[in-house]
Amino acid sequence: MRIGIPRESKQGETLVAATPATASQLVKLGYEVVVEAGAGDRADQPDSAYTAAGIGIVDAATVWASDVVAKVNAPTDDEIARMRPGTVFISMMAPARSPELVERLRAAGVTALALDAVPRISRAQALDVLSSMANVAGYRAVVEAAHAFGRQFTGQVTAAGKVPPARVFVVGAGVAGLAAIGAARAMGAIVRAFDVRPEVAEQVKSMGAEFVFVEMEQEVSKDGYAKEMTAAQEAATAAMYDAEARAADIVITTALIPGRPAPRLLHAATLDAMKPGSVIVDMAAANGGNVEGTVSGELVVTAGKVTIIGYTDLASRLAGQTSQLFGTNVVNLFKLLTPAKDGVVALNFDDVVLRGMTVAKDSELLWPPPPVQVSAAPSAAPAAPVAKEPPKPKDPRRSLYQAALGAIVFMVMAAYSPAVLLSHFTVFALAVFVGYYVISNVAHALHTPLMSETNAISGIILTGGILQIGQTNTVVTVLAVIAVLIASINIFGGFLVTLRMLEMFRKD
Amino acid sequence: MNNFLSSDQLSGLIQAAYIIAGVLFIFALAGLSKHETAKRGNMFGMSGMGLALVATLVLAARNSQTLANQRPLAVTLGLVVVAMVIGGAIGAWRARTVEMTQMPELVAMLHSFVGAAAVLVGYNSYLEPGSETTGSLAAIHSAEVFLGVFIGAVTFTGSIVAFMKLSARMKSSPLVLPQRHKLNALILLVSAVLMVMFMTNHQSSAIVPLAIMTALALFLGFHLVAAIGGGDMPVVVSMLNSYSGWAAAAAGFMLNNDLLIITGSLVGASGAILSYIMCQAMNRSFISVIMGGFGSDGAVSGEEKDYGEHRETTAAEVAELLASAQSVVITPGYGMAVAQAQYPVAEMTAKLRAKGVNVRFGIHPVAGRLPGHMNVLLAEAKVPYDIVLEMDEINEDFPETDVVLVIGANDTVNPAANEDPSSPIAGMPVLEVWKAHDVIVFKRSMATGYAGVQNPLFFRENTSMLFGDAKERVDDIVRALG
Repeated sequence: MRIGIPRESKQGETLVAATPATASQLVKLGYEVVVEAGAGDRADQPDSAYTAAGIGIVDAATVWASDVVAKVNAPTDDEIARMRPGTVFISMMAPARSPELVERLRAAGVTALALDAVPRISRAQALDVLSSMANVAGYRAVVEAAHAFGRQFTGQVTAAGKVPPARVFVVGAGVAGLAAIGAARAMGAIVRAFDVRPEVAEQVKSMGAEFVFVEMEQEVSKDGYAKEMTAAQEAATAAMYDAEARAADIVITTALIPGRPAPRLLHAATLDAMKPGSVIVDMAAANGGNVEGTVSGELVVTAGKVTIIGYTDLASRLAGQTSQLFGTNVVNLFKLLTPAKDGVVALNFDDVVLRGMTVAKDSELLWPPPPVQVSAAPSAAPAAPVAKEPPKPKDPRRSLYQAALGAIVFMVMAAYSPAVLLSHFTVFALAVFVGYYVISNVAHALHTPLMSETNAISGIILTGGILQIGQTNTVVTVLAVIAVLIASINIFGGFLVTLRMLEMFRKD
Repeated sequence: MNNFLSSDQLSGLIQAAYIIAGVLFIFALAGLSKHETAKRGNMFGMSGMGLALVATLVLAARNSQTLANQRPLAVTLGLVVVAMVIGGAIGAWRARTVEMTQMPELVAMLHSFVGAAAVLVGYNSYLEPGSETTGSLAAIHSAEVFLGVFIGAVTFTGSIVAFMKLSARMKSSPLVLPQRHKLNALILLVSAVLMVMFMTNHQSSAIVPLAIMTALALFLGFHLVAAIGGGDMPVVVSMLNSYSGWAAAAAGFMLNNDLLIITGSLVGASGAILSYIMCQAMNRSFISVIMGGFGSDGAVSGEEKDYGEHRETTAAEVAELLASAQSVVITPGYGMAVAQAQYPVAEMTAKLRAKGVNVRFGIHPVAGRLPGHMNVLLAEAKVPYDIVLEMDEINEDFPETDVVLVIGANDTVNPAANEDPSSPIAGMPVLEVWKAHDVIVFKRSMATGYAGVQNPLFFRENTSMLFGDAKERVDDIVRALG
């Protein structure tokens, strides 16, 4: 089959869906790949580079007549009209936010795969263009902020005085947020970060930033994305946003909720209180912005001299890099689509990744897909232990008979036993079961201390020795003294070594 | 004073003290099942023991005043104090000086003491039955003595063999005598016959069957444990722990002492359940472990399979890999204990954590030679226990792990357990380290583990071998990390 890579029609778009390197990988999967003339120009991938890699340069009509078309942005009406029914069309298309587009694709009879609807599961990471682009965008957001900021990020002590390090506050610790944290840290700033998902605190710390906690109930996300907070929670966080923003030199906001407008995090009152010269990069500008006063795609300066950057093309500003990552994601998608490496698309709906991405096929609407439950963090509650299936299901009556038989035998024996023995046996039987239940839940890490403890306790046999020492029979006394001596080794050794081990266990 | 010692109230007081001590022991074991309450549990145990000792000393004093054939009070107490001071001093000295890597040996040694004490107390109880016993009571007392001595003797020699195997004074490979199962059964049968003889004989010649049985039981203990391979030692040690408890309980029956019965049964039951938990972790039946000879039934797949080439790496490369990793999991095994590598491992962990690498430990339930052995070693080296995870907690995380360091573990990370149904360890749950991005195996050579099974992990594409002494290699990595 032939894959066509068109030139992006969106105003100002610099990306291309396949670089010469990734196009070659598609060829290895058995496809013929053609690229529209000039498609890679703005991503520093001239036509000559494609030709050198053996990729055909063709006109737009040939590209759109291909069996498969892969591009970056959602198709325009014109572009949809150029495709034959049955064409496999791959691009980002925000299916949740653009029902009309989905409907037009369905009506056109194309098989539409949304690159930005990949389920958030580990296996699908390899084809998640949102992660790739967010990663680049997070980096670029810091670069844009640094460019607009009138100071250095690094703190220095120079002959001309002391320069304090810049304080950066990052909201949202998704891929973009974490990339921004990493970039800002690398430039020497002090970075603080917040996310409504407390489980990402560890990731934030791992990137070298300090996680800002808000005292409130938080939920563990079920689908890997942050949820919109309840009104009560929002009130509690608002004060924190205000305080953090006032203290910061740079604020980078990345808060997005899938399928809904971005939450408003910073209001005009906060902006007015920020230091003149502060910079805010609103990475949610395309979806309405996290900051009051953000203009999508523009850089604005408030009356209080706070710069608000609302660029929506942060990833596209590093066109070569992003195209390479995007192209690799596309290659990984094709690896899933062509398990036989025979250059034929095989769309297998048993694969949750492919099913999740497919928006329409054969004039049938397939959006939204059935939900895939994942969590970015280890599940909060440990899964219930799976009961082991007994190898052979025994007849329950049989064990009942056995138990009954045992009880009868025991009762007959007890009837002929002296009372002293029976009272001892009562104690014995109860103690065995107490021991069984007390130990059943012991933590694995404590097995060794537990064993030395039981060891010390079993030194109680010492009491037997003590009571025998007083006998006038010399042999008995000698044996009893030895018994007391070695049992004492046990008691003292056992308790002290348990104590020593327990002293060592500590928590961070 | 004499009036007080012979009063009825005192006897009630002593009983009460024994009951309280028994309850304190239950609290002690219950406390030790969680980190938060473990120290308090140990305190309960110590107070229970202290209380029981005081009560017993009072009881001994009372006996010397009220019973016939007793030594003077001062002599009795003097002997007790001297024996306890000597024993206590030895115990305290060992507890202070023992290396944490030698914990298994110490625990095995201590078990043998309980066994020996049970034998001695049993003989004493036979020689001086205390109260006059006749008829069926005498026969029952004889049975109690017999069983107590039997269990004590098996525990004694079994623990000594375990101690010698663990401290490498004896070869750890299983000793396989021909017809060993029949031999064990024969010993049990002969002992049963001897027991009947002993119960029905009330002359002084009754000591003959008792003595013969003692010799047989001593041999049985030796033979049982000698037949079990070094890899199964965690189970053996906790099984002996259980035996030592049953020995104490039997002593309680013969001495009519409820405290001994309670304590002995607690220890016996807890040791048994621990052994059972561990057998489950290895997916092996309890009976087959006790009967011994892992892989010695001729079941080892003899065919030489071609596993391909293994790759070697250097400490410097590993350091580089670790420094650039996000998530590292360390899976230690007995090799870490042998090489005493826990300190450098802890230092490496601290350095990596300081660099922001997420370092965690994955502990297989039967890693080491004692249950929980690895946890104790890591705790000794001050690794925080909240990053030390159990197999079930960490197994799912391996696919997202960048680097796994396998330090001195072999069978517990063997993919053959999951993938090769013909493998002797098939079905044993293992740490699925091979799912990580990179695996570094620290090993002395390409020799097999205790199970004698080749490990295909070493030949995987994402595995690199770092040969040499684990401690030195980890030290090299620590230096390279700077």
